[in-house]
Amino acid sequence: MEKKTLFDKIWDAHVVKSVEKGPDVLFIDKHFIHEVTSPVAFLNLEKRGNSVLFPERTIATPDHNVPTEGQEQTIKDKLSRMQVERLRENCRKYGIELHDLGSEHHGIVHVIGPELGVTQPGMTIVCGDSHTSTHGAFGAIAFGIGTSEVEMVFASQCIMQAKPKKMRITIDGELGEGVTSKDIILYVISKISASGGTGYFLEYAGSAITSLSMEARMTICNMSIEMGARGGLIAPDETTFAYLKGKKYSPSGKAWDDAVAYWKSLKTDEGADFEVEHHFDAADIEPMITYGTNPGMGIKIKENIPTGADLLGSNKKSYQQALDYMGFQAGEPIKGKKVDYVFVGSCTNGRIEDIRAVANFVKGKQKAENITAWIVPGSKEVEKLAHEEGLVDILKAAGFELRQPGCSACLAMNDDKIPAGKYAVSTSNRNFEGRQGPGARTLLASPLTVAAVAITGVITDPRELAVADYAGV
Amino acid sequence: MAYDKFNVLSSTVVPLPTENVDTDQIIPARFLKATEREGFGDNLFRDWRYDSEGQPKKGFVLNDPTYQGKILVAGKNFGSGSSREHAAWAIYDYGFRCVVSSFFADIFKNNALNVGILPVTVSPEFLDEIFEAVEKDPNTNLEVDLKRQTITLLATGKSESFDINPYKKANMQNGFDDIDYLLNLKEEIVDFEKSR
Ligand code: SF4
Repeated sequence: MEKKTLFDKIWDAHVVKSVEKGPDVLFIDKHFIHEVTSPVAFLNLEKRGNSVLFPERTIATPDHNVPTEGQEQTIKDKLSRMQVERLRENCRKYGIELHDLGSEHHGIVHVIGPELGVTQPGMTIVCGDSHTSTHGAFGAIAFGIGTSEVEMVFASQCIMQAKPKKMRITIDGELGEGVTSKDIILYVISKISASGGTGYFLEYAGSAITSLSMEARMTICNMSIEMGARGGLIAPDETTFAYLKGKKYSPSGKAWDDAVAYWKSLKTDEGADFEVEHHFDAADIEPMITYGTNPGMGIKIKENIPTGADLLGSNKKSYQQALDYMGFQAGEPIKGKKVDYVFVGSCTNGRIEDIRAVANFVKGKQKAENITAWIVPGSKEVEKLAHEEGLVDILKAAGFELRQPGCSACLAMNDDKIPAGKYAVSTSNRNFEGRQGPGARTLLASPLTVAAVAITGVITDPRELAVADYAGV
Repeated sequence: MAYDKFNVLSSTVVPLPTENVDTDQIIPARFLKATEREGFGDNLFRDWRYDSEGQPKKGFVLNDPTYQGKILVAGKNFGSGSSREHAAWAIYDYGFRCVVSSFFADIFKNNALNVGILPVTVSPEFLDEIFEAVEKDPNTNLEVDLKRQTITLLATGKSESFDINPYKKANMQNGFDDIDYLLNLKEEIVDFEKSR
C-alpha cells in the first residue's frame, strides 16, 4: 500500500478534481471570515451575480479592526465601523453565522474556531488571514487565502491550489523549566529562517510536541507561516479528542465515536516521504526573543545579537537596516535592554493558558514603572474564564490593563498602537517594521518572558526570577 | 476579478533592492479599512514613502522621478507575511503589472496571479545584474514575454526563462480567473459535498 503522510491523507480526500498540469480543485470544509478581507469578496460575488453556495460552512466574527474598549458602544472610527457593519449586512443577507461584538463567542477568529469545536481533525479550513495555520494543531489542513479566494469559496466552496511539498519538523526530548511552546517555534524559525518553509506544508512531530497541550500546539502551528510555509499540522491524539469533547459543534453520541475512530487513522504512515526533514533536540531550546524585523531574527535571551557573519544568507544591507530600525548594535547583549510596553494577546498567545501563565508569574508583584502593560484576551470566553479564575484581579493588582477581545496591538488597526520608537515585548507573531504602529519596535517572546519583562522593565530571561514563580507551561 | 490580459511587457523598472519586503510594508494594516478594491495604490509602501506628516520621504525610490515603469524589481523573499490581497491590489493600482525577485512568499505569489500581476522569479545573479544595469542607466528596459516565459535585460541582451504553471499562464494570457473555472464545476462540487 502507498505510504502517505497525514497531509496527503487529508488533501487527497478533498480533491474534487485535478486540473491537468495545473492546480487541484480543493473542497473546503470550513471557512472563517472577518471584517477586513471579506467585503470586497462579497462585493465581487454580487457583481458577478453569484451567491454563497454553502453558507452553513462559513462562520464570521469581527476581530481585526475592532476597538478593545467600549465595545458596547457604536464604533467611533468611521471606516472600522463601516467594515463591521458590512460584515453584519452580508452575514444577514447570505445566512452566515456571525459571532458579533459583545456576544458570548466573539473573539479572534483563530481563537473561537477551536473553542466552538468548529475546528476538527481531518478538515480543510481556510480564512482570509495567514494565521489560519493555527487550526493545524488539530490535525487539519488549514491555511490563509487572499480575497479572490474568499470569493471562490463563497461561490463554489473550493479553491484552486497546487499541492505543496512536505516538510517534517521533529522535536524530541523534554523542555526545560521556563521554556514554552512559543520558545519552540521562535527557535525553529530562527533555525529555518523566515523564508525557509516557503512552498512547504509542515508537520510537527516528536515527543516535545505530543506532550504539549492543545493551546500550546496552536501557538506552534500559528507561526508556521512565519517560516513562509502555508501551514503546519500535528497528528490528532488523545489530547486533541479530550479538548474537543463536549464543545458546541463537536459531534456527540454515536457520531462522536465514529468521528474519533476516523480521527485515529489520521497520522503519517511509517516510512512515508517528506521532501525535507528537520530534527531538533528540546534540550537545546531556551527562552527566546527576536531582535530584528522578521520572526526569523530570533536568539536565546542569554545570547548576543548576531554579527553579520552568522546570517542565514541575508545580505548585510537588509540586516543593518533591520538593526537600525530596532536601534540595536550587532554583537551586543539583548538582555537588560529597556522596554516600554508589554502586550499579551493575539491568536498566538491570547488564550486562557497564556493569561494564567502571566498571572501566576506576576502574582503579588508590581510591574516596573517604565512599563505599560496590556492584556487582551483572544475571545469573550477567555475573558470570562480570566474573571472567573481571579486572574484579572491578580493582573490588575500588578498594574496590567485589561482590554476587550480582538486582534488589538498585534496589528494595530485599532487604537492599540505602540508609539514610534518605543519598544514592545509582545506575545504576538510579527515583528515587522510598523506592525504594532508606525515606528514601533517589536520583540516577540513567550508569555512568561513578557511577564518577566513587565516586572523588571528590561529584557529578562524568565528563569532568572524566582523558580517558584514558574507556571510551568 | 477580471484584469488586463498579459502578453509581452517591455518597460523601465523601479528597483527596490531590500530583502524580505513584507506585506505590512507594502500596505500597512491601518490602510486596510476600505470596503472596495480601488485606491490602495496611494498607500503603497506608505511608511517608507511618506513621513508621519504625510510628506514624501527623500531617498525612497517611488519618490524619485528617475525611476518609473510597470515593473517592480525587489530583493529576495518579497511579499512575506499576511495574506492580505490588498498588497497585490496596491501594487496593481499603483501601476505595476509585474514584480521581479529571486524569491517570492507563497501567498503573495498566489494573490498576485489572481489579480493580474505577473511574479517573475529570476536567479540571484540575474537579479543583481538587473539592479546594476538600472543603477547605471535608469532608462534600461526589461522585457517580459509570458508566452515564451522569458525575461530579458535589453541593455545587455541577457535573458532568463522563468517558471509558471501552464494553467495560471493561460489565465494570465486571457485575463481569466479561477472563479470562471470553478463555476463551471458547480454540479461536480455539489455532488462531492453530498458524499461527505
Ligand atoms: S491576532 Fe494578529 S495574527 Fe492573529 S488574526 Fe489577529 S491580526 Fe492576525
